[in-house]
Amino acid sequence: MYTQAMDVGPREERKALRTAQEAELEARFDERIDGGGYVEAKDWMPDHYRKTLVRQISQHAHSEIVGMLPEGNWVTRAPTLKRKAILLAKIQDEGGHGLYLYAAAETLGVSRDQLIEALHSGKAKYSSIFNYPTLNWADIGVIGWLVDGAAIMNQVPLCRCSYAPYARAMVRICREESFHQRQGFDALNVMMREGTDAQRAIVQDAVNRWWWPSLMMFGPPDGQSVHGAQSARWGIKRISNDDLRQKFVDATAQQAQVLGVGLPDPLLKWNETRGHYDFGPIDWDEFWRVVGGHGPCNRERLAARVKAWEDGAWVREAALAHAARHSNRKEAA
Amino acid sequence: MMGTDVKQEWPLWEVFVRPKAGLDHKHCGSLHAPDAGMAIQLAREVYTRRQEGTSVWVVKSSDITASDPGDKAMLFDPMEDKVYRHPTFYELPDEVDHM
Repeated sequence: MYTQAMDVGPREERKALRTAQEAELEARFDERIDGGGYVEAKDWMPDHYRKTLVRQISQHAHSEIVGMLPEGNWVTRAPTLKRKAILLAKIQDEGGHGLYLYAAAETLGVSRDQLIEALHSGKAKYSSIFNYPTLNWADIGVIGWLVDGAAIMNQVPLCRCSYAPYARAMVRICREESFHQRQGFDALNVMMREGTDAQRAIVQDAVNRWWWPSLMMFGPPDGQSVHGAQSARWGIKRISNDDLRQKFVDATAQQAQVLGVGLPDPLLKWNETRGHYDFGPIDWDEFWRVVGGHGPCNRERLAARVKAWEDGAWVREAALAHAARHSNRKEAA
Repeated sequence: MMGTDVKQEWPLWEVFVRPKAGLDHKHCGSLHAPDAGMAIQLAREVYTRRQEGTSVWVVKSSDITASDPGDKAMLFDPMEDKVYRHPTFYELPDEVDHM
């Protein structure tokens, strides 16, 4: 999964006033980044680099956790035991990915509770894609194929992110994410090849609904992305939104043919001269509406997270009380 | 201890996993857990979902003492000019160069 946090949040400005020492530290920092070097948690870093990373990593983490919800919707209704086991494993992976990323964000000096509070208060965003509903079983396959496919394309360059704890988390995540995409394609492929006409129609319907939101996952066009230049400078973002989107369209257009589904874009066409697929305009008004909290499921998703957190409070407290009593007893002995 | 109205977080633990018998435990990440037993359980769920390990160590992050990145040059640079500590520094006759 992924987040468009780099593009939809406010920009972290550099402090207007810097001491001579800060300026020197920053020059040395820039030099290290330019040389392809990594930054570790305890190294000096500019304030706005730290803030940008906290926003990006935490919102990426939130996306993983919220991303469990649309899929959780189908655990009890997966068509076979095999598909249920696969879906459970995938959802557990998403939870794991969220935890790797929260831990990476915490190395920058924020607490887990602060991060979760920012999600629950609506201050922090998560990927807009999870505000769409999963109406049919085929939606689960399409999420694996398209949504995780788009996420992988976004995430692979992050494995070389300048902030090492983030990069290390991304390496682990990317290794696991490939299973997510393949199981999705496989689930759809079975329906297309062995299913009934009605089942094939369900796949096509799911593709029609998820195609455009998947393209939006790469964030606004390069000209409108407020963070692109600075993030590229810092090695936080290494390939532009539009380049990644094109790469995704090129790959999936061919996969759709193998699958035997159409993509809901009459302008989608191979362009011999460009060596890429051309595709139609994206409805950015819809994107900003969903990011702004007015997608089909925004309220439901956030309410589910807040409820889970509040309902689990007594467990967290009890575990801590148990641990405290146990360690007191040990000290007394 | 934090203020009374702030819920206390579970402490942070560092997780080390031995990928297979015969190899060292290697740091692989961190997690929050109320105590050591739970930390082991959670480490299993978070870091070894695909048989990545045969053994796990957890240690409270607050119990780790780390070198200061600012001391990096002082601590590690003195070794830079001690190339004679490496076997490749010595050129031996061909007949015994496998030594």
